[in-house]
Amino acid sequence: MSLTHYQTPLLQTPFHARTAAANVLNNWGPWAGYMTALCYGDTAMEHTAIRNAVSVYDLCPMVKYRIVGPEAADYLNRLTLRNAAKLPVGSVHYTAWCDDEGKILDDGTLFRHGSQDYLICCQERHLPWLQASVKGFDVTVTEATEDIAALSLQGPCAASVLDAAGFDIWALKPFRMMTFPFGGGQITISRTGFTGDLGYELWTTPDQALPLWDHLFSHGAPWGIRPIGTDALNLARIEAGFLITNMDFIPADQAVREDRARSPFEIGLDWMIDWDKGHFTGRRALLAERDKGSDWAMVGLDVPGNISAEGSILYHGKKREAGFITAAAWSPSTKRSVAIAQVQAKYRKGDDLWVEIYALRELQYVKLMLQVTVTDRPFFNPPRKRATPPARF
Amino acid sequence: MPSCDAIIIGGGPNGLACATRLAKAGRKVVVLEAQATPGGGATVHEFHPGFTTPSLAHTTRGLDPRVAAAMDLAKHGLSFHPALPTTLLGGPPLTITRGLTTGPDAAAFAALYAKLANFARVLAPFRQLTPPRLTSKGNDWTRLARLGLGIRALGKTDFREFLRMILINIADVVEDDLTDPRLQGLLAFEATLGAWAGPRSPNTLIMLLNHLAMGPDTLLPKGGMAALSQAMTKAAQTAGVEIICNRRATQLTLANDRATGVEIAGEAALHAPLIISAISPRTTFQTLVGPRYLDAGFFDRTDHIRSRGGAAKLHLALKSAPDLGDLKARYVIAPSVNAVETAFNPVKYGEVPKSPVLEFIFPAAYDPNLAPDGQHSLSAVVQFAPHAPKHGLVAARDEMLENTLGTLEANIPGLRDLVLQAELLMPQDIEARFGMVGGNWHHGELAVEQMLFLRPLREAAQYATPIPGLYLAGAGSHPGGGINGTAGWNAAEQILRAS
Amino acid sequence: MSYDALIIGAGHNGLVTACYLARAGMKVCVVEKNDWVGGAAVSRSLYAGFTYSNCSYVSSLFRPEIMRDLELPKHGLQILPYEGGAVFTEDGGYLGMFRDHDANRREFARHSPRDAEAYDRYSRDIMRFCRFIRPMLMRTPPDPSSFRPRDIAELIWLGRKMGEMSERQLAEMIRFWTMSISDFLDEYFEHPVIKAYLAVSAIIGTALGPMSPGSAYVLLHHYMGDVDGNVGAWGFARGGMGSITQALAKSLAASGGEVRAGFGVAQVLVQGGRAVGVTLENGNEIRAKRVISNMDVKRTFLKHVPESDLPGDFVKRVKAFKIRGSSGKLNIALDAAPEFPALPKGAPNLKGDLHFTDSIEKMERAYDDWKSGHFSRDPFQDVMIPTMIDPTMTPPGKHFMSCFVQYAPPKIAGGEWTDADRHAFGQTCLDQIERFSPGFKNKVLHVEVRTPRELEAEVGLTEGNIFQGELTFDQLLFNRPVPGYAQYRSPIKDLWICGSSTHPGGGVMGAPGRNAAAEVLRDAKLPAKMSDAYAVL
Repeated sequence: MSLTHYQTPLLQTPFHARTAAANVLNNWGPWAGYMTALCYGDTAMEHTAIRNAVSVYDLCPMVKYRIVGPEAADYLNRLTLRNAAKLPVGSVHYTAWCDDEGKILDDGTLFRHGSQDYLICCQERHLPWLQASVKGFDVTVTEATEDIAALSLQGPCAASVLDAAGFDIWALKPFRMMTFPFGGGQITISRTGFTGDLGYELWTTPDQALPLWDHLFSHGAPWGIRPIGTDALNLARIEAGFLITNMDFIPADQAVREDRARSPFEIGLDWMIDWDKGHFTGRRALLAERDKGSDWAMVGLDVPGNISAEGSILYHGKKREAGFITAAAWSPSTKRSVAIAQVQAKYRKGDDLWVEIYALRELQYVKLMLQVTVTDRPFFNPPRKRATPPARF
Repeated sequence: MPSCDAIIIGGGPNGLACATRLAKAGRKVVVLEAQATPGGGATVHEFHPGFTTPSLAHTTRGLDPRVAAAMDLAKHGLSFHPALPTTLLGGPPLTITRGLTTGPDAAAFAALYAKLANFARVLAPFRQLTPPRLTSKGNDWTRLARLGLGIRALGKTDFREFLRMILINIADVVEDDLTDPRLQGLLAFEATLGAWAGPRSPNTLIMLLNHLAMGPDTLLPKGGMAALSQAMTKAAQTAGVEIICNRRATQLTLANDRATGVEIAGEAALHAPLIISAISPRTTFQTLVGPRYLDAGFFDRTDHIRSRGGAAKLHLALKSAPDLGDLKARYVIAPSVNAVETAFNPVKYGEVPKSPVLEFIFPAAYDPNLAPDGQHSLSAVVQFAPHAPKHGLVAARDEMLENTLGTLEANIPGLRDLVLQAELLMPQDIEARFGMVGGNWHHGELAVEQMLFLRPLREAAQYATPIPGLYLAGAGSHPGGGINGTAGWNAAEQILRAS
Repeated sequence: MSYDALIIGAGHNGLVTACYLARAGMKVCVVEKNDWVGGAAVSRSLYAGFTYSNCSYVSSLFRPEIMRDLELPKHGLQILPYEGGAVFTEDGGYLGMFRDHDANRREFARHSPRDAEAYDRYSRDIMRFCRFIRPMLMRTPPDPSSFRPRDIAELIWLGRKMGEMSERQLAEMIRFWTMSISDFLDEYFEHPVIKAYLAVSAIIGTALGPMSPGSAYVLLHHYMGDVDGNVGAWGFARGGMGSITQALAKSLAASGGEVRAGFGVAQVLVQGGRAVGVTLENGNEIRAKRVISNMDVKRTFLKHVPESDLPGDFVKRVKAFKIRGSSGKLNIALDAAPEFPALPKGAPNLKGDLHFTDSIEKMERAYDDWKSGHFSRDPFQDVMIPTMIDPTMTPPGKHFMSCFVQYAPPKIAGGEWTDADRHAFGQTCLDQIERFSPGFKNKVLHVEVRTPRELEAEVGLTEGNIFQGELTFDQLLFNRPVPGYAQYRSPIKDLWICGSSTHPGGGVMGAPGRNAAAEVLRDAKLPAKMSDAYAVL
């Protein structure tokens, strides 16, 4: 590790030479210790690329841990909510894990590369927890963040671009992955993503990063391939109703204030829990919560008007505080104002639920009190997301 | 079909007390003991032809009165020699019985003893309690309030003193109130006996209070420590408990997230709806249960149960009596607070103290059949010994033995020439022989941060464990060890309340 | 001439009390034995052109409510957050500290990737305990043996605070308070140098080693302050720590209070069981309706109050009050910045705290020396070069270095410190620095070595204890300084105490002085112009 880290506290990803050249606004933000482009040029056009053509997002800062060993499946079954033993080799699932109290530590995607070889990809760092969980299992956990370069290729034309780039992924179903030779090494393509659209994630070694970028951009040019920043991705993920750790919920081990921690029930991830797979961390606490009921609920909201409800407080009957908005946006794809919110469980149905918005207009806040409706997530859910083979353009 | 109502793992005093209490409540109880005889820390062995020594504990401060009464141990043959006075060596022998002694500090010592005994008196009932939970629910508030009022009833002055002193170090207390270095050294030694702390460590007075709360006197059963185990065994059997020796429980079996039985090395598994572990909590969770049935945070924290043993056990076979009179006493060599502190310093770094401090008795002085005619054995608890010797066990054991014999010789000239055989059990030896993690007698240090609702871990402090049907009943639970059966009895009471 | 309140000692707490009383309309006088004000928070010029923070050297604990109430910034107080820090290791390496979270994580990861991540979890856990304890700093401790409504209400408040926590949190907190920092750190970290760095705050100023139970609380005592809301952060007072007391003195003058420096108090005048003033060493008397002592509890009651006016039990407890000094201090004028070859060129680490103790074992062995009545042969030093950030204290290019040293006992092998002892102690510390900074000694222009003997003689800290009394549970909260007298009052009517011997204890915090003022004003039935403790959201 470089001794000049105090001069460059934020790392550059293996794609930096290309992302920097593309980032004409020089608009960067920190993400997990890396520089990440917030917007390359125009967020609306970048969002349009996701929903209309094809977009590229640099995923390298996602934290990755490799879990290898004869008891890897047992280990993950004890760690996470879903049944990792049932995940077929070559597949991916979205999962989450809890502390002893059944409060969420993080969510992430779990890739099974072999019967004893998994990769977990998540937002936050968890090495001490993952290693503490190792005790008693024949498994090793190593951080692999810097060993992997990853891009997300998302949009209705993503399959066509990959095809043009020489990757035959037409038969690849959602949450499955395939491996192809590339350059001197190889590339794994998973049909996963964070946009709620047709999309793929491409995983390779850092030395192949720039060739891969160039390869995709040269073959994707006819479809208008375009790098996108975090702002555009965030808009897409809100439309898709996805949660982001530390935006929609705080990991239990980061919550200084105890009442901020949330269980899977409370953020709508209880569907993940496999009660029959045997014991897992937090199971007894979650069983108790299942019997007794939860304090909070995560809901999707339809907000009247066209003003984003970001950072607003929710009230019941305009008076009693009932919850707060964790993410909100005017959704270009659905032409409505949507929001994700945490509400006290008793208000989860959304009767008489109001949002108080402070809208900044020319340096002055305009206060709005609007009645909201609880609505299903995802807000935007196109069939092309699931279609196999995907449409060819 | 379960073959019994409850299986108790570990046939030491706590396991036997727990078993008897449950049996008397009509439960069919089986005790599994890994050794050839029950008794745990209260067993004996022959370490030299003709010489039998208490293997670990050589005295007791008396059994829990509930245990002694309910088990009717007197009827089963248990009686005690008159309480052992304490004799301080290292100068003209000074004898202490409870708060009574002679010399210029006699009055101050009596006053301090009375104050501490008074504190111990109000704390003693806490020993017989299931530790409260730190929530508003699930506690016997009436009983807790009564105990709290008991402390307040010390009166304003003593109540304030109690609150001031409860977490104080023993060194400050004795240096404030006493002037005789040997009396200071004695209390410093007693407070840190069996602990991993020196007398200048905060939170050491409470350990002395705990000793006093167990009973005011040092007692020796007639017939030796084996007699105590035998009486408890007979009493348990009379109550209907089945005790099976040479059976090591290896693995807990579960169904539907409930304990259902135990697997036994080389035998068929045994089933019962209630499994009670009187062995070390760390071993219970890490080996008997294993990680697959426990939350990761909890399992990780079983490694945080600190269990450093700081005491070694010395057995000497002596060809004749040393020149100390009738040998009927507990002898202590702990010449000052600093002597105790200096004996503790090196073990922090895995080293052996140059001048250990120790207590010893001559068992054959009380029960002549424990040694050949005219000969004697010496049984000593030597402090402090490193639980993780920096330069290996063998080198540390040799050095420890040499330094201990040196200390003894300096205080009892000529003793070395009498030694026929010497056996020294370092903490690691104690762990190997008795299964006590780290060689700690209490199955986990009896320090404030591991007491009451924190013992051994907050999730298992009320004897129940995170696994339904699995309970703890050993010294690793409240109120710790010390050959009195309290933890086992408390556990049984809690189990009966819960069912 | 009679005052409403006479304060003995112009240390920071005495001045804080004086300021609040003056603002409430009292006629206030502070008498100080030295010719200067400041107590242990002073900046002095002991070498031409150099300003030293003689005693205390960094700030974090000083309550922001007090700074605001007393308008200290207007009177010149500026707190400068510091940057960096490093532990130098025996093998020629170092562990650096950085303000940037990611840089810091990567620096820790250089030693242990797991520890680097564990550090975040550790910091949050400590923060939870801080959140509980911070609101207690500015409250008078209840007397648990009393049935007065006020004490009962305060106990209920305390109970409620605990009730707000989950069972888990409460258990973790009680455990933390009673355990040793060494054991606590072992539960998070694996790397010795990381543990050594984090254990520092648990031993500063304390007669405990890192392996002593109760040392974890001492760490909290150093973490519960903040610099501009950044809880746990430390900083320099611009112009040295004397800037705090200078600002207080100016604030006092602006409210009409008076300071008489250079007048030692001989005796508190007690008449008819009430304190009515003081007799000065020069024989003069000053009369006042009440006397408030900023001196430590031992000095106050054993040296300046007739024993016949005090209850025997109280005197006994005061005599037994534990106030063993454990620290020494070197103040060094340097001709040029010292160089530490271990550090990369241009690294900001010299702008923070520098340590040369790379394992907890070394710290504990240093404590073993103290216990045996000797200064540590291989001491722990907390070295700061404030002039790396504050250019006002020395001529340009020159530096002032403050070395806080653990452990130095109040007596050497039972006897008084001699000049030879003091010299040997100073050399031991300088030699240690030289080991990590070759050529360092050649840059030294002047050294002031302060052992507990000097701290007692000059500042009046009994036995040289920087906290005016050890911070163990038997001397905290309602036990500080003496059970039954933890509410800033004494057995003598109108004689009060306001120094660090009282709750919440030592450090340049000002809370004891503020709390004492609140009690005085409460009894005097005068409205206090005093902010409530800032809410902990």
